[in-house]
Amino acid sequence: MSAADAAGAVLRVEDLQVAFDTRDGLVQAVDGISFAVAPGRTLGIVGESGSGKTVAAMTVMGLTRSPRTRVAGRVLLDGEDLLAASAERLRALRGAAAAMVFQDSLSALHPLLRVGAQIEEAMRAHRDVGRTAARARALELLELVAIPDAARRIDAYPHELSGGMRQRVMIAMALANEPRVLIADEPTTALDATVQAQILALLRRLRDELGMAMVLITHDLGVVAETADDVVVMYAGRIVEQAPVGELFAAPRHPYTWGLLRSMPRLDAPAGADLVPIPGRPPSLVHPPSGCRFHPRCPYVRERHRHVEPVLEPLADGPAHRVACLLSEAERRTAWALLAEGATPEQARAAIEPAGGPAPTAAGSTEPAAGDGAAEEAPA
Amino acid sequence: MAAYVLRRVLWGLVLLVLVSLLTFVVFYVLPSADPAQLRAGRDASPATLAQIRASLGLDRSLPAQYWTFLTHLVLHADLGYSYYSGASVGSLLIDRLPATISLTLGAIVVWVLVAVPIGVVSAVRRGTWVDKLTTGGALLGISAPVYWLGLVALYLFADDIGKLPLLPGAGSYVPLTTDPWKWFTALILPWLVLASTFTAVYARLLRANMIEVLSEDYVRTARAKGLSERRVVWRHGLRAAVTPLVTLAGLDVGLLLGGAVLTETVFGIPGIGRLNYDAILHADYPLIQGTVLLAACFVIVANIVVDIAYAYLDPRVRTA
Repeated sequence: MSAADAAGAVLRVEDLQVAFDTRDGLVQAVDGISFAVAPGRTLGIVGESGSGKTVAAMTVMGLTRSPRTRVAGRVLLDGEDLLAASAERLRALRGAAAAMVFQDSLSALHPLLRVGAQIEEAMRAHRDVGRTAARARALELLELVAIPDAARRIDAYPHELSGGMRQRVMIAMALANEPRVLIADEPTTALDATVQAQILALLRRLRDELGMAMVLITHDLGVVAETADDVVVMYAGRIVEQAPVGELFAAPRHPYTWGLLRSMPRLDAPAGADLVPIPGRPPSLVHPPSGCRFHPRCPYVRERHRHVEPVLEPLADGPAHRVACLLSEAERRTAWALLAEGATPEQARAAIEPAGGPAPTAAGSTEPAAGDGAAEEAPA
Repeated sequence: MAAYVLRRVLWGLVLLVLVSLLTFVVFYVLPSADPAQLRAGRDASPATLAQIRASLGLDRSLPAQYWTFLTHLVLHADLGYSYYSGASVGSLLIDRLPATISLTLGAIVVWVLVAVPIGVVSAVRRGTWVDKLTTGGALLGISAPVYWLGLVALYLFADDIGKLPLLPGAGSYVPLTTDPWKWFTALILPWLVLASTFTAVYARLLRANMIEVLSEDYVRTARAKGLSERRVVWRHGLRAAVTPLVTLAGLDVGLLLGGAVLTETVFGIPGIGRLNYDAILHADYPLIQGTVLLAACFVIVANIVVDIAYAYLDPRVRTA
């Protein structure tokens, strides 16, 4: 695993599986993921909508518990397994030892309660503090998250604040009990770019000042590059690549990561390199594709990839970097080298094709459009 | 806010004038007994009838009659005199008001105290036997007309004719000031009967709102904060689920008064509803007008109060 996984990890998730019993069948939203975060460090979890990143985070917080949810694996917070904890124990830890910041602050804050009251409530749920003390602390927290004129804003209702301000309130609320772990689920997605940068800077500052372990969930690699120390890339409920942030951007090893990187604008991209979207859509989690789950959308797919499931394995030259891909390391190296210089996925694919000639059935898959239908209704 | 309330009050006054005009028109246009005939008794001579008409002012043109009524009301706060008893309408109303207020306020209390817990619990325990039982009960409450339910209640529980003589029956109402305990026991059945429909409807509405609210992001946030489930449901959930119902409840005060007419009649409670019922039987136009205007006043005031309450309950309305 990554460098964060020195003995000091405060949050450790082991082989987490989450499935929902729905009318359409069992939805395996998270399928055996493991990661760890140490105090003062940030783990970025990246993936498209439906990759299972939010479900994983909610499960860590115990928010997916229901008769229709099946959860397996372990979620260790300071060594205590949250999945095995009683409802009352979980409640005591939620918002205290581990706190969460949600995406859309307008819908995530109660519309009819003053923001100060919502922060005070978070405190009083876990500590025996009086009203005046709680209010004083709420004011302190609002100042900590740099809300201007906090003394006045403490009595505001959520709709009276701007989006960035509301997100700061969400963060203040999460920090109320000085959690050891902060999970931020798309904390900046609903915000303008400038406000986004401010909120990320705030999160980084607070993480360092308070020594929290942070899990940052996002679909935006730019956010990850700015804030995370380690990155987990999720696809269809599984981890496809895991690496320290520098290495992930310098030497990504999974075609899905390449897709994410090539589909986002970068200043350091070679001149003339086009943005390349990943064809198709994330697969159904009721009937996930056989073999490598990314194969219906992968430009480098070979016949074998449709049947053999890749395993998340460390790279030979860097054990902190792990990838679940059936291409050989040499092939991946060559392909990324070309892609990084601005080559199209077709060119990269041609370069790594086995000497025996083109793969028999993969030809269609290199066309971006071909993945579209196939991704949805993949063979079960 | 003050300007808003003033505007609402002025508009309410206009509405009252329109209601009085409508009542007047309806009384004369639709077939109804002739008040003079009713007073004169059988086989009265045309001369007697004409004399009675003249004394009641019924011989004048309709616009003149209405104008007299309106000017008396506005200038002297005078609603005129009952054709039937000759007593002043104002004093009749004031005599009957406490009984109606006792009945309706009590019914509102029952309505809220029963509907809120049922609505919340059936939403939280959706699909369980609790939910199914209350759904069935609500269906009964919604379907049963008040007068039928009142008679059934008397038949079952009244101490004079009931199978299980537990509570005082019809005609046992005494004013609160005379004997508080008797007042209370005499009103238990009427309260329950009058509140039944509203309780059933509002329990269902609250259940639906509550189910929706409990899946909102801010409820998830409340859970993520580590609040107890009770606090999540009863503070965060109920607060949001009940707010839209407050407006609706204001509108339903009118329906409640309609129900009060029937309830007072079935249980023999000497209230405004009963007064209105008798006035209609006697073609007692001034008294009809008086009771209708009073009821309209109630509804208008209730609506203004509810709108103000709503602005207080939902801060988003205040700034809008």
